Amino acid sequence: MGTFGTIMLIAVTAMFINNFVVVQFLGICPFLGVSKDIKSAVGMGVAVTFVMTITCLITYPIYTYILVPLELEYLEVIVFIFVIASLVQMIEAVIKKFSPTLYNAMGIYLPLITTNCAVLGVAELVIDVGTAEALGLASMGILNSVAYGFFGGIGFLIAIVIMSGLREKVKNLPISKHLKGFPVAMLTATFIAMAFYVFSMISL
Amino acid sequence: MNKFSKIASNGLIKENPTFKLILGTCPTLALTTAAFNGIGMGLAVTFVLICSNVLISLLKKVIPSNVRIPAYILIIATFVTIVKLVLDKFIPSLYDALGVYLPLIVVNCIILGRAESFASKNPVTDSALDGLFMGLGFTVSITLMGAVREILGAGAIFGFKLWDFSIDFFASSAGAFFTYAIFIALFNFILYKIEQKKKLSLLEVK
Repeated sequence: MGTFGTIMLIAVTAMFINNFVVVQFLGICPFLGVSKDIKSAVGMGVAVTFVMTITCLITYPIYTYILVPLELEYLEVIVFIFVIASLVQMIEAVIKKFSPTLYNAMGIYLPLITTNCAVLGVAELVIDVGTAEALGLASMGILNSVAYGFFGGIGFLIAIVIMSGLREKVKNLPISKHLKGFPVAMLTATFIAMAFYVFSMISL
Repeated sequence: MNKFSKIASNGLIKENPTFKLILGTCPTLALTTAAFNGIGMGLAVTFVLICSNVLISLLKKVIPSNVRIPAYILIIATFVTIVKLVLDKFIPSLYDALGVYLPLIVVNCIILGRAESFASKNPVTDSALDGLFMGLGFTVSITLMGAVREILGAGAIFGFKLWDFSIDFFASSAGAFFTYAIFIALFNFILYKIEQKKKLSLLEVK
């Protein structure tokens, strides 16, 4: 399988079969918290995709070329969370300086991303041997890791946009007051998860 | 004693992290396919929560307030690394079952939330108790949810086969959302009923 084929495989796997939100349950907090209207859902989704892609670009080389040769693998959690926290701060500062329009669109979502499980999750997943084996590879390599991060983020974007669209419809329905809020949001997510379940039957 | 019972009821019921505050949702949804995973994850979180609460409470005068979040995250990440190494060495089966969600304890909102809203303002013993009961509240909640999903989805409990009947829906990711929704709604409903009863009895006394 060529490089292009591998990347297509990663795209389908990360976006649909192992969708970060509804299949792997990563990034549920923003999925429930920032999905009340479509506009903010899109902003959050784009910001998460952006950070996930850059995180993979930085954490994968750090783990493979610095921590593994020095036999410091056990420091991965501390190193990753520090890289992500400083990365998010840096991206925020850079965007603020160079593109005020982009900053207005996704600036307020950036600080929330540091504690988004999807970002730390993707950093852990791309160094995990199981992820590479599922794709039929010996190890991920930097290009595939970045692709996994990017398409994982797109999967998050798809899920959160569907969710916000459904929630805009659901909020006008007459619902028992004990079900209002989180329970009904979870029930909405149930149906999205059922839709994504179909993709798990695809064998590539 | 009064303070003790207040912290206990706060963590277990009034501010139950899983069903009332809806924090730490990722491991709750992902790991409740089996009751045993719930206990393992819950105890790991409890350990990190107690340790980080104690340390943050001890250092609350030392940490400058504008870098407190990175400082908290570093403290939490250190304890998570300890848990990870210990589980890998002594209970490898649990280590494999928890998978990627073990390092993700670092970004579990419960721990950072308690550090910010409780440990940074209260004395050490209270913070330790708060960590213990918040952690137990989380453990009990996800173990219960895990038990329900395991019974319905696999026809087993703690790995022991009960019967051959199982509903695959409850083992799937959609079932996780569904069970969680029902649990939150039931929890709210029961709390509401108890509150109403209290109000009624107060009226009768008057």
